Amino acid sequence: MQEKEGRKWWRNFAEDSISSILVPLLAVLTAVVIGGLVIALSGGNPFFAYAGLFEGAFGSQKALSETAVWATPYIFAGLAVALAFKGGLFNIGAEGQLAFGAVAGALIGYALPDWVGHDIPATLHVPLAVGAGVLAGTLWAAIPGMLKAYTGGHEVINTIMMNYIALNMTSFLLNGPMQDPVLTSVSSRTPPIAESAYIPQIFDGLRVHWGFVLALIMAVLVWLVLWKTTLGFEIRTVGSNPDAAKYAGINVKRTIILTMAFSGALAGLAGAIEVTGLNHRHELGFSIGYGFDAIAIALLGKTHPLGVVLAAFLFAAMRNGATRMQFLTQIPVDIISVIQALILVFIAADAIIRFIYRIRIKGERVVLTRGWGG
Amino acid sequence: MDWKRFGFIALIIAILFGTVVLVGHTASSPLVIITSMLATTIAVATPLTLGALSGIFCERAGVVNIGIEGMMLTAAFFGWLAAIYMSAILNISPLPCLFTGVAVGMLSGGLMALLHAVLSITFKVDQIIGGTVINILAVGITGFMNRQLFFEKNSIFGGSVPHAPGVLPRFSFPFLSDIPVFGRIFDQQLITWAAIILVIVVHFVLFKTRWGLRTRAVGEHPRAADTVGINVERTRYINVIIGGMLAGLGGAYFTIESVPSFEPLMTNGRGFIALAAMIFGNWTPFGAWSAALVFGAAQALQIKLQYFRDLIPPQLAFLQISYVVGLAPYILTMLILTGIIGKTVPPVADGQPYEK
Repeated sequence: MQEKEGRKWWRNFAEDSISSILVPLLAVLTAVVIGGLVIALSGGNPFFAYAGLFEGAFGSQKALSETAVWATPYIFAGLAVALAFKGGLFNIGAEGQLAFGAVAGALIGYALPDWVGHDIPATLHVPLAVGAGVLAGTLWAAIPGMLKAYTGGHEVINTIMMNYIALNMTSFLLNGPMQDPVLTSVSSRTPPIAESAYIPQIFDGLRVHWGFVLALIMAVLVWLVLWKTTLGFEIRTVGSNPDAAKYAGINVKRTIILTMAFSGALAGLAGAIEVTGLNHRHELGFSIGYGFDAIAIALLGKTHPLGVVLAAFLFAAMRNGATRMQFLTQIPVDIISVIQALILVFIAADAIIRFIYRIRIKGERVVLTRGWGG
Repeated sequence: MDWKRFGFIALIIAILFGTVVLVGHTASSPLVIITSMLATTIAVATPLTLGALSGIFCERAGVVNIGIEGMMLTAAFFGWLAAIYMSAILNISPLPCLFTGVAVGMLSGGLMALLHAVLSITFKVDQIIGGTVINILAVGITGFMNRQLFFEKNSIFGGSVPHAPGVLPRFSFPFLSDIPVFGRIFDQQLITWAAIILVIVVHFVLFKTRWGLRTRAVGEHPRAADTVGINVERTRYINVIIGGMLAGLGGAYFTIESVPSFEPLMTNGRGFIALAAMIFGNWTPFGAWSAALVFGAAQALQIKLQYFRDLIPPQLAFLQISYVVGLAPYILTMLILTGIIGKTVPPVADGQPYEK
């Protein structure tokens, strides 16, 4: 940010804050209004629908707890995508990395006690299960990172392909080697993990668990790494101008691989925390859509960790409240996907928002399109 | 097409066809198996071919389009919706309903492309983000409307999906389809024929017409094109919308030609694989078609192995797990992007917004 001469620092600060918060807020508002029109056109009452949504998201202790439960994987996955964006990479593969994080976390969670032959203390079992998930996510994301660094193969298509591969492999594992021997109506799932691998709940009787706190800590950590360390500086430099980074002596290939690996670690963490903190097993289909929501969250949060946390809460509140909305008004929960896509349209093309509301502000552009490789 | 790539295609095709012949040789003659696999390959390659042609139209004009997947999904849904509505309300013979469905599918693909054009050409949004927006929007709209229209009790059809007017008929190419055994290849459904004709048409338009020359100029060096009086923005808009309509035709394949029903997320990554076919084909229609056929063969292998599953010998038992064979197109795509099978050269201005 260049200093504007003759102006108080707080005026610059205030202007920057307004410009970075106002547009996302207006984007959300506009999307909600259009979403209301869609609800009205399809025969519902948008005011009742949104009231139900709000009640479902914030109306009680339980509702608040459930919103935090939804927000937990959203924060991790949103941070994963945002971190990659900072490094000039588009990680569409959070979905697959998250799935493998969950598979690895579940495997260590249920199988490790059998492998070593006796019970494991929770202080050891939880970190091992979560660590396995992080490792799985890291490795799965490092592959497209290496392909990008050494062959130029574009990470967008590669991470999408690896999502499909992860989906197929997870189906194979959950219907084969890792299938729960106790067959129920839900067949594609692992056995339950041992209780020693559970992340404890924060309050008795509410599902919100310490993984939520970990997510908030991670947001601070990502901020620290990106803006207070050399590595973070390198990631941001490679992201904004790879040529300049090369001439400044930064190892661009190494940075690209590390960025993808960190991004995958966060996505893997999301999966492992869902298994150890919430579901206590991995079921097929639980993660469908997290990866794409994470992209919207990262963009809505302007790829800043604090923005990601706020955006994750908004999306969590919408997803959580939608169930109540559907119960009360019979509007399908899928309307949330439409609203989220609209938010994304207005965030991506903030020029539309500026045009509608006549705002003049400067903003930095995300640049990702740099040829396909090959 | 250089020899390295030609050799690669031949090798992959030989492996895929060889596997099926090996598995099925006790049931029928190799010739019959190869013919039927070839016919399936050509059919299932259709959405990939059309998706790749869509990509070529956009990227030759300098606009990256990763929203093809979303355009296909939208077209698959709205094309199908139009066909069943028309069939249910007018109660007429299926063919006009199906043709209307195809037209509506192409129109909805074109509309999504218009959004992509507005985002990436007028508002100069990063084109990858613009395409991602299209993909997410498509999942949201089709998922919402599918549930709202068919699975809610107070919806028009009272919580049930009405009877669909079926799928597009086959067309047997005169004389060629009368050839014994091999004739089966020339007996395909209508969108498949359209895709093959469009490969030739797009090649002609791109390399033999004034419009094609302008398109390529805009994609290679927009400033030079602007200097000689070509309207860069208008050219890009038209090309992206035509591209969207081609993707829409590819989307109609799923619900009007392949099966007469819609399922959420049914395009299943075909739009992205089509992009890989476009890249492997070096942004040329015939190159992209041959790459699409390779992917089609990989998918046909899965279908044929399913058909012959009782004959699979124990040594090849892993092929019975459809998840394993199902990975082939995705791994193939990643392999192609590494460039080890031959470097490709995208249009120079691909992905860059034009600033006057």
